[in-house]
Amino acid sequence: MSLPPLIAAKNLSVHYALRGGLIGPKPYVGAVENVSIEITAGSFFGLVGESGSGKTTLGRAMLRAAPISKGDVLFNDGEVSYSLKNLGKKDLKDYRKRAQLIFQDPYAALSPRMTVRDIIAEPLEVMGLTKSRAETDARVREIADKCRLNVEHLRRFPHAFSGGQRQRISIARALVSGPKFIVADESVAALDVSIQADVLNLLKAIQEDMGLTFLFISHDLSVVAHVCDHVAVMYLGRIVESAPTRTLFAKPRHPYTSALLSAIPSLDPDDRGTAQKLEGEIPSPTNPPPGCKFQTRCPHAIDRCRVEEPVFESAGIEHNVACHRWQELSI
Amino acid sequence: MSRLIDVENLTLQFDTDEGRITAVDNVSFSLEAGEVMGLVGESGSGKSVTAKSLMKLNPRNAVYGPETKITLHLENGPVDVMSLQNDAEMKIVRGGSISLIFQEPMASFAPAISIGEQMVEQLLIHTDFSKAQAKELSIEMLDRVGISDPATRFSQYAFELSGGMRQRAMIAMALSTKPKLLIADEPTTALDVTIQAQVIDLMKDLVTEFGMGIIFITHDLGVIAQTADKVAVMYLGRLVEQGTVRDVIRRPAHPYTRGLLAALPTLDDIDAPLTPIPGDIPSPLERPPGCVYNTRCQEIIGPRCAAEVPQFSQVDTNHAAACHLHDPKEGDA
Repeated sequence: MSLPPLIAAKNLSVHYALRGGLIGPKPYVGAVENVSIEITAGSFFGLVGESGSGKTTLGRAMLRAAPISKGDVLFNDGEVSYSLKNLGKKDLKDYRKRAQLIFQDPYAALSPRMTVRDIIAEPLEVMGLTKSRAETDARVREIADKCRLNVEHLRRFPHAFSGGQRQRISIARALVSGPKFIVADESVAALDVSIQADVLNLLKAIQEDMGLTFLFISHDLSVVAHVCDHVAVMYLGRIVESAPTRTLFAKPRHPYTSALLSAIPSLDPDDRGTAQKLEGEIPSPTNPPPGCKFQTRCPHAIDRCRVEEPVFESAGIEHNVACHRWQELSI
Repeated sequence: MSRLIDVENLTLQFDTDEGRITAVDNVSFSLEAGEVMGLVGESGSGKSVTAKSLMKLNPRNAVYGPETKITLHLENGPVDVMSLQNDAEMKIVRGGSISLIFQEPMASFAPAISIGEQMVEQLLIHTDFSKAQAKELSIEMLDRVGISDPATRFSQYAFELSGGMRQRAMIAMALSTKPKLLIADEPTTALDVTIQAQVIDLMKDLVTEFGMGIIFITHDLGVIAQTADKVAVMYLGRLVEQGTVRDVIRRPAHPYTRGLLAALPTLDDIDAPLTPIPGDIPSPLERPPGCVYNTRCQEIIGPRCAAEVPQFSQVDTNHAAACHLHDPKEGDA
């Protein structure tokens, strides 16, 4: 990429220890293994994959909300430059202002005992960003207005709001500290299609308006196609393909990407059953298969795939893929 | 094909502390054997309540409208579901001729009883099988839905199975009593797309094999396009459009259906803007007068929309919409 990345993962691994293993090396789950991605400032970066692929863990590691076991995450917004692996307490507090998270479930993410005003104001108070109550109120109103919340309703409690409005409240809370980088983890998955369209449009508008950088985690490829500039596909803790949205959807190189694409139900009632179906399920990360992690379900797997793990290599401009056979397969 | 179920003027209200709320308002439809009907709508539109009322599976505060008539056509003659009083009478319908698959497969299995025991239990209630026969059939059904090593799975518990596997087991269980009608309430919503595709394929195969009718409840129009023969669109307790799947998706006649389709991200044109339907679905306590959709409708034709409840008018053979657009009168704009 030509522009310098705002945030980049360098050979990042996140391991969680497992019980047992008194003798020999400690057993662990590799939730994220050797992942390198660069997210350009001002981009909308999509991260897709099935449940259990490690999308959420990667997102959290980039917020320093998951432990970094190997590798590093580098953040540089022009004002500060951090290596997240070795972040001191003071710097970590500062990083929290600059990087924020929007959750999936707007019903679980908001405290039912706090008013909307208090929910949105809390980050300001915790981080000590405002000096007086009047300043806090002004900032809350400004951000609420930006998120198209009715400022007259700020004294109400979350139960009085619908799912879409609640999600706008969570967005306002994430934006209030003036962050540069936002991780949106399945932020529209729990919403009806009409409200989903509304929240996606809002996120895009805010991103352009405030110059934000998004890591947009989703299992829904059609949503990702509509909002993201660049998409990375994850499988069992690894990135298997990464490309600009158009390229990825027009010319997927990895068999997993193309299987995901063809599994999306078509809106055409006459286009039934033509899809190539993926057999089986994602293996457990506690016991990953040898070689390519996708070989157990891949229709194109050969002997080499079962022993040797493919490297993540360039397959075009900004297009990377980890597959032994991407060149010979025309999928 | 033979008629399987007739639902006429189904109205269902709930007595709550805040008053009596209407969940389903004068809904009528019918289903043939071997037919798949998709029931679509946003959360709160009354899809699940409608489906559950086909076997009177509603809480005690439910009040059915006096006009409500649900007729299930079985081999031994029609059954008037509304006239069934106690649990013993309901047995022929609940789990017998109608089976239900829930959205969340983790929540629909008892966690402390093995999958197999739960499958056997319902077979003992609904059939005259012996325990051994029930076990044999259960294992056969688990195998049929593509669960590997079914004999081992039979004695496992729900937490030992993955999400897709659990949903398959749920389908195996629902089908083992050979129901005439299967109600699938968002059966694939909690699943990943690859697993969703597998489950959809499985359900299609089973319809062909068993010849049952399916009511497929979902908010995903893509899933509907892939599975259903016909579609009913629901909004705030009322049906607003009914028709064959091709007609409804290609030539939506009701502004709400058009709104749902415009809000849907599709892969055919990734640059197309996503157009949300303005506003939120109103609370069932504040149901708008006239057409229930008039508070959000982009195609209002005049004051009639907020005053008069639109009746279904035919827009094509086998395609009808409840909208004044298709029933113009003098004085409309």
